[in-house]
Amino acid sequence: MQIDPKKCVACGNCIPVCPMGAIYIDPAIQRATINYDECVECSTCFRGMSQEHLNPVLVRSVRRLAKLFRFRFEPEPDVCPTAAFVMEELEWPRIARRVFSDPLVEHKSTGIHGRGTEEVKTNDVAHRVGVGEAGYVIEFGRPGVGVRFRDIQKVTMALARLGVAFEAKNPITHLMTDQASGALKPDLLNEKILSAIVEIKSAVERVPEVLEAVQEASRQIDTVLAIGVSTRCDSSGGEKVLSGLLEEHGYTYHRAKTNLGLGRVTNVQKAKEAAGDQYLASVR
Amino acid sequence: MTNTLHRYGDSESFRDDYILFAIPCRGKNDEGAVEKQRQFLRICARHKPANMGNGNFGSYRPCPELNPTVHWRRDTSQDYATVIEAVNKPGTVAAVFESREAAVAALREVIQADLGLSINMSTSVEGAHQCCQSTGLTRHSVEYSLGFWDPQDHLPNSQVLELSTMCGHGMVSFNMAKKMLDMVREGRRTPDQAVRTLARFCPCGVYNPIRAKRLLEQARTQQR
Repeated sequence: MQIDPKKCVACGNCIPVCPMGAIYIDPAIQRATINYDECVECSTCFRGMSQEHLNPVLVRSVRRLAKLFRFRFEPEPDVCPTAAFVMEELEWPRIARRVFSDPLVEHKSTGIHGRGTEEVKTNDVAHRVGVGEAGYVIEFGRPGVGVRFRDIQKVTMALARLGVAFEAKNPITHLMTDQASGALKPDLLNEKILSAIVEIKSAVERVPEVLEAVQEASRQIDTVLAIGVSTRCDSSGGEKVLSGLLEEHGYTYHRAKTNLGLGRVTNVQKAKEAAGDQYLASVR
Repeated sequence: MTNTLHRYGDSESFRDDYILFAIPCRGKNDEGAVEKQRQFLRICARHKPANMGNGNFGSYRPCPELNPTVHWRRDTSQDYATVIEAVNKPGTVAAVFESREAAVAALREVIQADLGLSINMSTSVEGAHQCCQSTGLTRHSVEYSLGFWDPQDHLPNSQVLELSTMCGHGMVSFNMAKKMLDMVREGRRTPDQAVRTLARFCPCGVYNPIRAKRLLEQARTQQR
């Protein structure tokens, strides 16, 4: 992302808009400027702000006059008055920033927007997490801190040592050079992104061990983590195994995402296959 | 939609935050999904959602071509029809409700419509459980949020977190949430105006303006 210095009027509206705090007014040029190394290419400034297309010379003159008389400005806080942001074409490895940070960019590896897979959201159809299993969604950099791939790698390597299974369709798994070690592509390691999700699966009884490993690794990295743990409910919709383990080991949870079990296979070819599959046929 | 899972707050603070979303599964039920997604949104729209989105944009949107008179006359109405019509490929569609009653009423109609898509609810654990009991559904799977782990102490205060984490993609920055809190306290913006500003940054339409307004009104007198 860039700011066109010919258009920018240094109104400062975009400064609080940036989730990474990467925009500032450069006193040398009196224009808003982006710290290129901290920018994660999320496009919040470009897309999230409304844009007027005012004449920059006129706006600067009015602002100078108002400043002279100490007038207090009350502009709309989410408007760029001169549409000064310019979206750039990005090349590898910087393009990874946009792919992981802009929620409207589709990951080629998953075919969906967002940073992970469908997780348990389609578990009633996809059976990604089965009975007796736990799925983990370990999100780095969120909320509002961001993360470099080198920090993600520290955790993926710790998880690999535990022998857990990385979700094959997850974008971070796609960037691994070696799933056995959890190593990521070396040319990515210094790139900063808004957030990324690592998805793994284990037997449900290993939940405390896996969470402890993640907690230990998180102390070695300079970001925040958001953790989700999922499982399949029993035939009556109950779930006591995972919640019991979490409570026993001191983890608190208030919020959950609940798959209500209303999905079914409807694609013609898949439905024919499902008709002969006892397991799938039992799914509503 | 992990972007709705990790909202900051306790169970009580989610009393006006019930998100229903529909999602097709690639290769399993994505044929004809677009019309079913639209049908899901049409059903939800009948039950007065607080917000709605189709994955690409929500009912509050920024404007790329603003007229300078915006500072006095800005159109702030919510536009559900465009959200529904703009669904153009299989993906997640979502609606946010401010009460359990509204969410349950919408869910009952979704069950009757028998769309075949996966339907999920994101709210407090108890809230989802009560909705299931009211509609006779048995939960298939559940994903618990264990919250944020922040050993290096990066995160801001709880009021900023509550407001900014309602966009789970992180498009509502901490600084913007703080700016709106300050503007409301200083009387420079009403909570309604501040909420609309924040909601416009959430591109998938899951930001809850009702909860945000309540939080901003509380914050006016209770600074944490």
